[in-house]
Amino acid sequence: MNPLILIIEDEAPIRKYLSASFVDAGYRVNEAASGEEGLRLAVDYPPDLVVLDLGLPGIDGQEVIQQLRQWLRVPIIVLSARDQEAQKILALDHGADDYVTKPFGTGELLARIRAALRHAASSPTGNVVTFGTVRVDLAARTVHRNHEIVHLTPLEYKLLVTMIRHTGKVLTHRFLLREVWGPNDVAEPHYVRVFMANLRRKLEEDSARPQFFLTEPGVGYRFHSAV
Amino acid sequence: MTRPDPDQLLAQIRDDSPDRKRGQLRIFFGYAAGVGKTFAMLENAHRAIAAGRDLVLGYLEPHGRPATERLASSLETLPIREMDHRGVRLKEFDIDAALQRNPEIILVDELAHSNAAGSRHSKRWQDVQELREAGIDVWTTLNVQHIESLNDIVGEITGIVVRETIPDDVFESANEIELVDLPPDDLLERLGQGQIYLPEQAARAAQSFFKRANLSALREMSLRQAASRVHTEVEFARSRQSATVPWATTDRLLVCVGPSPTTARVIRTAKRMATALDAKWTAVSVDLPGHATSQSVKFQIEQHFRLAERLGAETLTLAGNTVSDTILDYARARNVTKILIGKSSEPKWKRLLFKSVVDRLINTSGGIDIYVIQGDSEQATHSRPSPNRTAIRWSGYGNALVTTIVSALLSYILLRLHVADTEANRVMIFLAGVAFVAFRSGQRPAIAASILAVLVFDYCFVPPFLTFAVSDTQYLVTFAVMLAIGLLISTLTSRLKAQIANARRREQRINLLYELGKELSSLYGEVFLAMAASRTLGEIIGAEIVVYLRHQGKLPYPVNGQQTLVATHEISLPAAQWSIEHSQVSGIGTNTLPSACALFVPLVGTQSCLGALAVRPLDSTNLQGPDVRRLLESAANQLALALERDRSVVDAAESRLRAESEQLRSTLLSSVSHDLKTPLASIAGASSTLLNSDTLDSTTRRSLLATIMSETERLNRVLQNILQMSRLDAGAANPNLQWHVLEEIVGSALKHTAQELTDRPMQVILDPSLPLVLIDDVMLEQVLINLIENAARYTPEGSPISLAAELQRNRLLIRVRDRGPGIPTGLEDKIFEKFHRAGVSADDGKGNGLGLAICRAITKLLGGSISVSNPPGGGAEFTIELPQPNDAPQVRIG
Repeated sequence: MNPLILIIEDEAPIRKYLSASFVDAGYRVNEAASGEEGLRLAVDYPPDLVVLDLGLPGIDGQEVIQQLRQWLRVPIIVLSARDQEAQKILALDHGADDYVTKPFGTGELLARIRAALRHAASSPTGNVVTFGTVRVDLAARTVHRNHEIVHLTPLEYKLLVTMIRHTGKVLTHRFLLREVWGPNDVAEPHYVRVFMANLRRKLEEDSARPQFFLTEPGVGYRFHSAV
Repeated sequence: MTRPDPDQLLAQIRDDSPDRKRGQLRIFFGYAAGVGKTFAMLENAHRAIAAGRDLVLGYLEPHGRPATERLASSLETLPIREMDHRGVRLKEFDIDAALQRNPEIILVDELAHSNAAGSRHSKRWQDVQELREAGIDVWTTLNVQHIESLNDIVGEITGIVVRETIPDDVFESANEIELVDLPPDDLLERLGQGQIYLPEQAARAAQSFFKRANLSALREMSLRQAASRVHTEVEFARSRQSATVPWATTDRLLVCVGPSPTTARVIRTAKRMATALDAKWTAVSVDLPGHATSQSVKFQIEQHFRLAERLGAETLTLAGNTVSDTILDYARARNVTKILIGKSSEPKWKRLLFKSVVDRLINTSGGIDIYVIQGDSEQATHSRPSPNRTAIRWSGYGNALVTTIVSALLSYILLRLHVADTEANRVMIFLAGVAFVAFRSGQRPAIAASILAVLVFDYCFVPPFLTFAVSDTQYLVTFAVMLAIGLLISTLTSRLKAQIANARRREQRINLLYELGKELSSLYGEVFLAMAASRTLGEIIGAEIVVYLRHQGKLPYPVNGQQTLVATHEISLPAAQWSIEHSQVSGIGTNTLPSACALFVPLVGTQSCLGALAVRPLDSTNLQGPDVRRLLESAANQLALALERDRSVVDAAESRLRAESEQLRSTLLSSVSHDLKTPLASIAGASSTLLNSDTLDSTTRRSLLATIMSETERLNRVLQNILQMSRLDAGAANPNLQWHVLEEIVGSALKHTAQELTDRPMQVILDPSLPLVLIDDVMLEQVLINLIENAARYTPEGSPISLAAELQRNRLLIRVRDRGPGIPTGLEDKIFEKFHRAGVSADDGKGNGLGLAICRAITKLLGGSISVSNPPGGGAEFTIELPQPNDAPQVRIG
């Protein structure tokens, strides 16, 4: 059966065209005009993915994410306005997987949905991950680029693995600090930036034009494996 | 030789000037009550109403004549203000109601009426002036005996002194004089028939007034006044036609003003003479520096000056050594042809001994005519409020007595001790005593001391002792010389003392004004200016001072001392307002709102009246005397100029801001209407075509859809820019500074501009040793995106763009360079302004002129700057300069 997408969006025109394009792309759709309705629909018809607007009347988007995340593990993609970096970070920290900034093209959103569904479906079982000319052997803990071994520090490797494990998802600085440096470390966001810069220099063709380790300005990073 | 008279031209300009139209004054003028002035006025009113004019009846004195009342009853009548004055209900004309009603014409009976205490003005003619200022035409009635300059003549003729008078210039300022005439016989007949209403108490006075001879004289005067008016009007009309008037050798009159009560008559005579000769006249008084002038004398002179001013004279105080020389010097310098002076009231013996001022004037006047006017002693119409006249300095005479006794004792001791006991020494001791008294207590006690000294010297030291008898006649000479020297010493010393006191006072005043001026010039802000002026002035005068200021179209408000008695007094605000509106003094000691608790001096600047200085004297005598008034006026003038300077600074800044924001608004409007309408039109057109047509082939459909898509993006970009700019302008954007890897931000910007950069070589040169930079990544990314987009937009396709960054000491320098045409010289700064575009055609409608303005606003917010130059090799190079701290953190890799 085709995946079911739950749209929680109060603006009827946006809901309408989202619904139309999702149906056109072969998905089944449930529409909710408020957070409360969305939560109810999610319980009655558990979706495979949620598209959620952050600015909702009644209980707001952040609250909806928190409540959904108590029992629902499917991807949540957030729709947000520009210049709301803090809101985006909060949503991601609450458990959202990705965000799209309004106004957006449906093509971009559908790509995100496909990626999110794919990552949700594929369990990270494979021991070898490749992207570009890079080959990461998770079992052997080795990294090769152009068939040459690349030396990574333990933290760099840990960062790389964390990124790979959350492919497609936007990862906030806070999330990465917690995952890589551990919850008790006092490391600051710029640690992540410096390590990310090093990873890029070691694994990207042109570190100023990264292909895989993408920056989400003001929010965090995203690992993009498919080229 | 002919030339236009500047004053007349000015008057003409004033009359012709269309802005701020002054209301016309029409006076129904008669010679006595009952000639039918009010009736004539009402008849004319009905005619005016029939002609469609907006006319109301402001106030009509109760006449009790049915014909008059019938005429009045059908007119729109303003409500009458009733006020309680010591238990008596008084009815008064309500000027506020009149101003509020603002009719075209208003009728106000009895121009010479004095208003009840508590009214805004003490005289009705002042109300009328205010109505005219407000542009309302006023019709009123007036009898000839109420004209100030005719006042004394009427008194002489009829034996009745009329207290209610109007200044001549009010009468002269009337635009129309309507003479209402009735032969005296007819008037008497009407009186006999009881057609003329007179209050009971006036009936007896009226009996003597309404005598045939009186009436004839008054009638003649009224006819003459009206005729001279006609003459003036004819003259005026002629001058208007020919633009020049025969320039006859016009007379110029000078009238000498002294404290004597007879001066008032001299002034009135001068006025009549000046009017008859059509001459200008000046009233002068002479200030002799060596002489102490008492407060009451100063007050009298000031009263006379005010009378002269009311009658249209220019007033002036001259300073000089002698009265006659000073007057003649001035008269010669100003081409005065006639001098009027009151007959000297000095005693005969004095006139025989010393020549009087009049004699000296006559002897030395040369070609100038001297008119000596017999002055009947006349009660000054304004008596001094409560001068402390009886406070004779008894202490001075005590001093004289004590000093003489001490002198006598000293002489006696010397005599007994046989030390320097010659008579010459004794005389010297007494004279020293006189000098001491003169210096300490003034002239009169010193004269007393001189006489006393002679008597005591005679009694105690001239044989036979202890009698006033003199054995040797030689001593008579001694006495005479002693007395003469004593008198001389006393005169000279007291004069010197007065001179010193005068000089000191003047110096003090000049110092005060100098200090005030200095202080005011160093201050900014009206509150500080007001406070400084109040403090300095208040200390010198001994008064509480509050500065009221008025801003365009608002009520005046106290700037300082809001808790003071002045600021909380109920009449203060109206008085301040009145003073400001009329640029005249009001409050205590004036004719306007005398019940206020302070004197209000207007702060008249060069362009307008800015406010008023409220002066509440702590002691009522502190405000008396013309020099205090003058001091206040000079200080007010200084403060006004300082305030004006301050305001002009503020105004200039504000108007610049306003002009800028106005400019911005209009550019915003035009830019927005262009940048928003164009994509909207494309979207609307494309989508409606898609909706309405079923026959489009798929290629066309796709291209229309693509248009909608790209135009939407463009619309979005414009909106984002406008929003961001307004956020930055409003200061709502706070930078979120964190340590960043610059490469990451550059990379993000490049990714964002990937579309613009297709087919373009984009070179990025980043110093690998670049440490972490403290920056707001989103803002910097925006700047880089805008710069790259800008470069892509204005340079030929395919031309390279480069980006380089380096750290120079504490500054992060990022350079974005293109290989386009460069920036035209002179526009290096302009391109960063909002809505500036480097050539509209090159723009192709892609941008909205905000990109670089946003860049500048952001770099400024981050404490840095952005500039552009045309480096050698062509193209434009934008340089972002951002400050960086020294202590970039090091991150250990490992």
